[in-house]
Order: sequence, then structure tokens, then C-alpha cells
Amino acid sequence: MPLYLNDEQQMLRDTARDYVGEHAPVSHMRKLRDDKDEAGFSRELWKSFAEMGFTGMLIGEDQGGLGLGHVEAGVVLEEIGRNLSPSPFLTTAVAAVEALKGSAQADKWFPGIIAGDTVAALAIDEGAKHRRSVGLKAERAGNGFRLTGKKQFVTHGHVADLIIVAARTAGSADDEEGVTLFAVDKGAAGMTAHAERLADSSIAARLEFDGVEVDADAVIGEVDAGRDPLGRLLRAGRTGASAELLGVGGGAMDMTVGYLKERKQFGQLIGSFQALQHRAAHLYSEMEVARAAVFKAQQLLDDGSDRADEAVAVAKAMTSLATTLSVQEGVQMHGGIGMTDEYDIGFYMKRGRVLAEMFGDANFHADALARVAGY
Amino acid sequence: MTDIDTFRTETRAWLDENCPPEMREPVRSDNDVCWGGRDQSMLTPAQKQWMDRMGARGWTVPDWPKEYGGGGLTPAETKILREEMAAIRARNPLNSFGISMLGPALLKYGTEEQKQEHLPKIVRGEIRWCQGYSEPNAGSDLASLASSAVSDGDDYIVNGQKVWTSYADKADWIFCLVRTDKTSKQGGISFVLFDMASEGVSTKPILLISGYSPFCETFMDNVRVPKRNRIHDENKGWDVAKYLLGHEREMISGMGLGGGGRNPLIEGAIATVGLDHDGRLADPILRAQIALFEIRSKAFTAQSERFIDELKAGKAHPAQPSMMKYFGTELNKSRHELLMAAGGSDELEWESEASNGGAAARAWLRTKANSIEGGTSEVQLNIIAKRILELPGA
Repeated sequence: MPLYLNDEQQMLRDTARDYVGEHAPVSHMRKLRDDKDEAGFSRELWKSFAEMGFTGMLIGEDQGGLGLGHVEAGVVLEEIGRNLSPSPFLTTAVAAVEALKGSAQADKWFPGIIAGDTVAALAIDEGAKHRRSVGLKAERAGNGFRLTGKKQFVTHGHVADLIIVAARTAGSADDEEGVTLFAVDKGAAGMTAHAERLADSSIAARLEFDGVEVDADAVIGEVDAGRDPLGRLLRAGRTGASAELLGVGGGAMDMTVGYLKERKQFGQLIGSFQALQHRAAHLYSEMEVARAAVFKAQQLLDDGSDRADEAVAVAKAMTSLATTLSVQEGVQMHGGIGMTDEYDIGFYMKRGRVLAEMFGDANFHADALARVAGY
Repeated sequence: MTDIDTFRTETRAWLDENCPPEMREPVRSDNDVCWGGRDQSMLTPAQKQWMDRMGARGWTVPDWPKEYGGGGLTPAETKILREEMAAIRARNPLNSFGISMLGPALLKYGTEEQKQEHLPKIVRGEIRWCQGYSEPNAGSDLASLASSAVSDGDDYIVNGQKVWTSYADKADWIFCLVRTDKTSKQGGISFVLFDMASEGVSTKPILLISGYSPFCETFMDNVRVPKRNRIHDENKGWDVAKYLLGHEREMISGMGLGGGGRNPLIEGAIATVGLDHDGRLADPILRAQIALFEIRSKAFTAQSERFIDELKAGKAHPAQPSMMKYFGTELNKSRHELLMAAGGSDELEWESEASNGGAAARAWLRTKANSIEGGTSEVQLNIIAKRILELPGA
């Protein structure tokens, strides 16, 4: 497959660009923040995503979805990123769907996701930095399991209908085997969510599991073999976050280049100054290379290639680096106005930081590839 | 099986049968690169065999039309050929400025007679070409070049000096920018071809910081060049030059791509620094630098693939080669800085057998020209800013 969008994908992009730009522009996010909205996103918007067919993109046609792939999901995510639209799309329609795919849990949750009624959250991280280890304990109890431990950085975790939890059913935290993935319902007894607003005004929860009892059928896939669905979740989540980062970085770059063409100092447009032209051109180059890395990862994931893991790590690391550059250059080239809350460029910086951290930052993925390469 | 599967199977079999074992070894130094040319005495038997076999099928330039000696392959077939060559780590059978630079310009601007005369010889590696662009006073501002071509019946009489002419002392023919009108800067340049054995042509190698002399000064003293060797119209040479520079930038940007399979950077670092008890490079800072470099390198590999796909589909921005050139050359320079850091004092030996005659150090120094030749990084950034980002002129 060539590394550019085909005609249908371009049509989807046009549709998504118009729709997200109209219904969830940056002002939508700003209003949610100013209103101190307790969900952190609009359920109404999520419902309308369902009407557009976005929520079931990655679900097979036999299960009522569109049967599309990660390239298409990325097209939507890039527009979400460009508009800084708060949306459960990444956690729900991308990461959770991929985790649930092929499991007995799919029939239970997919209809609600397709309808835009269900929001999923991912309870993966246990420390301030994303790691591969899983420590939260799940012990057998009666007909099911009892979950004890803590998770953090669980986006939408305070309001989600479905919480996917990575837990330890055997061995110790750093072991490869012995991980099990659970689908936990909202409001499960013993589960407490502390909602925390993050720098970008999105809301993530710290979750405490104090002997939360779940049935055996809450297991996604097989007991002790949770690395499979967790791997699918993380590959999809990382690739999706990369696409969203492209939107954030690209949106910030477009704003900045636009500003260079309208702001005058010393009697001329500041975009005519070579010092700024070179910074902008360098940024453009970084973003182009990041875009290729994301496209490659999406295609290899869609092909089921065994080279997908490497490409996904490269995409997440490269977009984290390039978008971090983009938002920094954005604020710098906007000058003083870039430091004001009134101006949108600062929102891009905050969102970029959150996404860069999500599912492992550039260092995490660089380290992971180094281990694979044997150094 | 589909046609394309059949093509892959047959290609794999042919390559396996025809690619000599020596040509599957990594390229260790400049001597391992095959440039072809009239004088093939420097080629090893395996190099000559590999070039001749591939050239006979037109596979040295798989995507050129068959009528001019090329392989006539579709983009999909070309991609398969490259994949299959990579799978057996086959060397490039023929490096050539004729392939990467002159050929595309000839295909676009040449007359039928010019194409028939020059393209097949490029494909078979019979003529080695060099490029006469830069002059002592025309570097980044190339269009200010002064070498003159004065009309004399059916010929031009060419006088002047070129500099940074790659391998001019080894080349058979030159494609050269000359001034045919002094009253117009870009509009007074013509693009001509001539034989380096012509009377009045002389070359002088320039000793570089690497200790090598890949570049020459080229002097033209009343050289007679037939007008039928002019490509495109008189005073339209700048159009050809710009088109061709795009191809040169692509070629140089390809330097950012490491080969598949073995990774000399990682292997070199492991050899000098060693691994700790967790199997990580014992120098954690070097490890981090390499790991982050590898991210950028792999991302650029994807970008190169994307760029070629876009180019073939006519979707690439015309100035995108400038971005590729900028990123690829800067990446290559960082690769060689890391290679030197990984190699330590072993690779500082300039002449020893162990260091293969200072190969790593000389290659490291050579890469410093990557971001100068073919338009400096700063010139590329200017082009990106103006043509892609459409920022206002100063």
C-alpha cells in the first residue's frame, strides 16, 4: 500500500475535518474548561460521533461497525487533535475496541460503543511514568476475582461506563506472564475514582480498587494471558495517540505559520525574517517525518505485520518529539501573546504534553526499541 | 498466483542466480562502490559481472523505459526488485550521476536523438558522468555562474572554471551549465554536454579534510562543444538545472537511510563500550543518544518511502525534495558523529589496517559536505519557507 490516503480515506478526512471543526473547535474545549464541566467532555458530542459512524469504525461489519482500520481511525484522531476536542474516541473507539475484539466481552460492549452510549477508560498506569509492569492484584474469589491496588492517569475514569483494568493474577509486577485484563463496570463496589483535572483541562482519575469483586466473565481473553489483549490495546492506543499528536502539532504549526504571515514588526511581516523562516521550515520537516512514521505504523497494524510493534514505537516517539517542538516553536514565535490564556496556542502546548506522556513517552519507546535491538 | 507474485518469484530466482556472493557483502569503503565508465580496469570481476548482468536487463535503472535501455518496470515491480535486492543485501550494481541526475533531465528535456545516444550507455555503465555546476564565485548563488559559451557556427566555444566537480578526474563526460547571455541572470544559462577528453578540458583534484579528493576543479580553455549537445533551448538551462537539482537532492537525502539488517552503529558501540549485566550498553548516555537517533532514522526511512510513493503518484509538493535533502543530510551527519563516538580512539587511526585506512573517520569528515553540496541546509530551509510554507519574501 502506498503511504498516502486513498480516495475514500481523503473523503473521510474532508468529512471529519468539516465535522469536528464545526462541532468541536477549540472554543468547545475552552467552554468546557471555563464551565468547569465535571465530565471533561460532551456526551452529546460523543452521541453525534456515533451518528457519523465514527464510534464503530474499528468494529467489524458483522458486529455492526464499519470494519475500517487504523488509517481511518487516525484520520478522525488527527482532526480531534487539530481542534483539541475532548472526546472519548481514543480510549473507547480505538484502544478499548481493539482490546475487546474477538473476546466474549465484545458482544456485551460493542453495541453501546457503536451507539455512542458507552465510554471506556483504560486503567493501565500505576506510577507517574508509563511502565510495562503490572502490579494491581487480582485474586481468585468465589466464582470470580477480587481486585486490589491503584491506577492513575485514567482518562475519563471518573465517568466511564467500562473500565479496562490490567491486573496481576500470577507472579510479580515485572513478570511477562501472569497478567489478566478485566472489563469492570462503572460503579463497581469498592472502586473509588478521584477525578483530577490535568494541565490541558482534560480529566483523568486516580482509581483505587479496594477488594473490587468481578465475575469470571469479566476477564478479557484468557486468565494469565492478558498480554495479548493488552498488547492490542497499547498498539492501538499508541498509534491513535500518535495520530492525535500529529493533529496537535500540525494545528499548532498552521496557527504559527499563519501568525507569521499577519504579524508586523519593524514595519514588515515577521514571516519575512529568515531567523523565523528557518525555524518554521525546520519544524515543517520534523512534522512531515513524524507523519510518515504514523502512516507506516497504521498500515502495518492494519496488515497485521510482525513489524508493527517497532513502527508503533517509532511513531509514538517521533510524534511526541515533533509535536513538542511544534508547540514550543508555536509559543515562541507568537511572542508575548502566545503566553496568554486568551490565545489558543498555549492549549496546544498543554495537550501535546499530555499526549506525549500517554502510553509511554519518547524515551520509553526509544528504550524499548534499544532493548529489542540488543543494546 | 497473480502476475505480481510471479514477478517476485522470478526476480528472486534470477537475483539469487546472478548476484555474485562478493556483491552481497556490505560496502566498506569508497573502493567498493561501482561507478562504471570507459575505464573499467579498477573494477573487480564481481563488480563488473554484477553491473553487466543487471545492465543487460536494464535493472540498473529499473523504471526507465525499455526503448532507452531501462528495465521498463512498473512502480510496483520496481519496489519488488528493490525489496528482493535488499533481502539478499545485494549492492547497488551501478552508482551513477547519469542515473540519478542527468538521466531524468534527459528524459524530460532531451531530444529523441539525445536520449538514444546517452541513456543506454548510462544504463549499462559505459559512460561515467560528472556535473559542472558550481564555480569559484557561484556557490549557493549558483545562477551567478560566469563560464561562457560563445556561438561559433554549429558549435559553442566554452571558457571558464568549475569547482566541486565530483570525480571530474574519473568521469568520461560532463553535463555543464554555461552562460550564453550576460544580460539575464537565470535567463542567460544553457545546459550542455561534452566529452571530458575534449581538447582544452583539464581537471585538478582538490584535497579535502578527509584526505581524499573526490572533488575537482575543472578548467575549460576554448573547448569546442557541438550545439546539438545542448539540452533544451538556448538560455533555458536553468529550468533543466532546477529540475535536475531536485533529483540530486533526493539522492543526497537517501544518505540518511541506514542499510537494513546489520546496524554498524549499534555493533560498534557494543564492541567498544560493552553491555552491562542487564544487556544494555554500558554507557547509558551514549545508549540514549543512539536510541533517540534510531527513532529519527527509522522515521526518516518511512518518510523516504512515503516521499517516493507520493512522487510516483504526482502528489509530492515540488519543493519536497528540499525537505528530504535537509533532513536526510543532517541525519547522516548525526549518524557519523555517533559512529565516531561509538568507535572511540580505534576509529581515529588514520592509516592503520585495523581502522581500514581510517575509513570511519574519513567517511565522518566526508559527511560534513552533505549539508553544503547540492544546496546548503540553509538554502533548503529558504526554499521550504518560501515555496511550501509560502512565507513572505524578505
